[in-house]
Amino acid sequence: MIEVKDLCFTYPTGVEALKGITLTIDDGEFLAIMGQNGAGKTTLVKHFNGLLKPTKGEVVVDGVTTGEVSVAQLARKVGFVFQNPDHQLFCETVEEEVAFALRNFGFEENAIKKRVDWALNLLDITQYRQTSPFMLSGGERKRVALASVLAWDPQVVILDEPTIGQDHQQKEKLRQFIVQLNAQKKTVIVVTHDVEFVAECNPRVVLMTEGKILAEGPAEEILTNQKLVAQASIVPPQITQIFLGLSDFGLPTNVIDVHEARRILLDILEGAS
Amino acid sequence: MSMFEGFRFRRVSSVIHRLDPRVKFFFVCVLFVTAILFSKLPPLILLFFVPLPFVLAAGVQREWIRSMRGALFFAVIIFLFNFVFTYFSTQYPQLPSASLLERSLAMTLRFLVLVESFSVFFLTTSPDHLGLALEQSHVPYEFCFAFTTAVRFVPVLADEAQTIMDAQKARGLELERGNFLKRVRNYIPILIPLIVGAIRRSLELAEAMESRAWGASEKRTNLYVLKLKNADYLLAFGSVLMLIFAVYVWRYVPVPTLITLLRL
Repeated sequence: MIEVKDLCFTYPTGVEALKGITLTIDDGEFLAIMGQNGAGKTTLVKHFNGLLKPTKGEVVVDGVTTGEVSVAQLARKVGFVFQNPDHQLFCETVEEEVAFALRNFGFEENAIKKRVDWALNLLDITQYRQTSPFMLSGGERKRVALASVLAWDPQVVILDEPTIGQDHQQKEKLRQFIVQLNAQKKTVIVVTHDVEFVAECNPRVVLMTEGKILAEGPAEEILTNQKLVAQASIVPPQITQIFLGLSDFGLPTNVIDVHEARRILLDILEGAS
Repeated sequence: MSMFEGFRFRRVSSVIHRLDPRVKFFFVCVLFVTAILFSKLPPLILLFFVPLPFVLAAGVQREWIRSMRGALFFAVIIFLFNFVFTYFSTQYPQLPSASLLERSLAMTLRFLVLVESFSVFFLTTSPDHLGLALEQSHVPYEFCFAFTTAVRFVPVLADEAQTIMDAQKARGLELERGNFLKRVRNYIPILIPLIVGAIRRSLELAEAMESRAWGASEKRTNLYVLKLKNADYLLAFGSVLMLIFAVYVWRYVPVPTLITLLRL
């Protein structure tokens, strides 16, 4: 469980990035943190594995205050996949890359081999085992980065902008993957401003603006609230926009799921004929 | 990364910011030369205070203090190296003498003066201004461009290094663990992505420049032209005076050490 209590953070440059955040994330929860650029999303999640320490307030991960332990200790529990895989890939082979963190955490060679096999298989990159990560495409590099974090099986997985630069197919794979992780009782935290992606995943949404939490609740509730999304400089999902535009026909205004929308439309059409 | 903060330009205006970069650079060079001329502590202490009015007048105290704090680490290393090595090669087994201490301090302060004067220059001169100054000093445009680009990308690289460090720490890398060799090796996971990123970026930059007709015309003109103003002449005059004075003192006046001064 991650408890954030009245967290404030000011960068050394004097920029006040977080202004009093209070938030509780339960085990096994699926959470999306949304908001425009500079709202403090990434700054907030960097507190969860101790990369940043609170200026005021505190962050408690499973009963441990992040200010008191090292990043390496917290990282064992909280995996963080950075936005740009190029910021972390450096090994000669994909295999070494995935094993890097495991060596840092002091796993035994046997266990490392097993976990590397498992992670490569999980992300469908076994065929690149001996390839240099620099030779792979952007999407593949992203998967290597993901595998290198999932390999040590952290209880919490944080994904910073996972959908940027991914084509639709890869996004869909990523979504299924996240849902699968969540089904295994992992806590998944996604930082994004990809509204459509969040609408398809339907997690709990935390909406941030200017270093504060604007609103939180189920995606259906938050993403369909025109006033809230406008304040956070995002737009509702396309299907919601259509339904909002057609509200004269008696369509519900809180739909974010395309399949649900289809059912509703079919029901109405059948009723009309 | 805090030392690189000293190179990050903030777009503000002050008397110092508006000075001609060529004159300012000349002034910094005079400071540089003077700091190299003297190896005794008293003149270096005096020299340390010379750029301070400029810092205050430009209103860049906070950035300046930050870059000085960054230089402190290297200053400590320089001090230790000077002190320890000179001590063991000359005075060991006796106790270290006060003059050795003073000499080591002087070397350290010399380094600080150099960092100080250059950080004042970079804090108050925009990269654009700098490039303009180089161009109008008849340096070939290719070199000017390479120089301004290098300066321009220092903060970008510093940011990137920070992000990479965070990413590797999140994968359990502990930079401060192990003996000296291990610690140096710890930086490999930081350096490789940083270098690969820089090379990739430079290739992209080259393509972007080509697509914007880099080098299409031989004679480039500039929207802004640098022109010396009264304040510039004043600073140039002051710098020349300072240089003459420094050379005179260095050549003809026996400079006392702090210890002899204190004894008087």
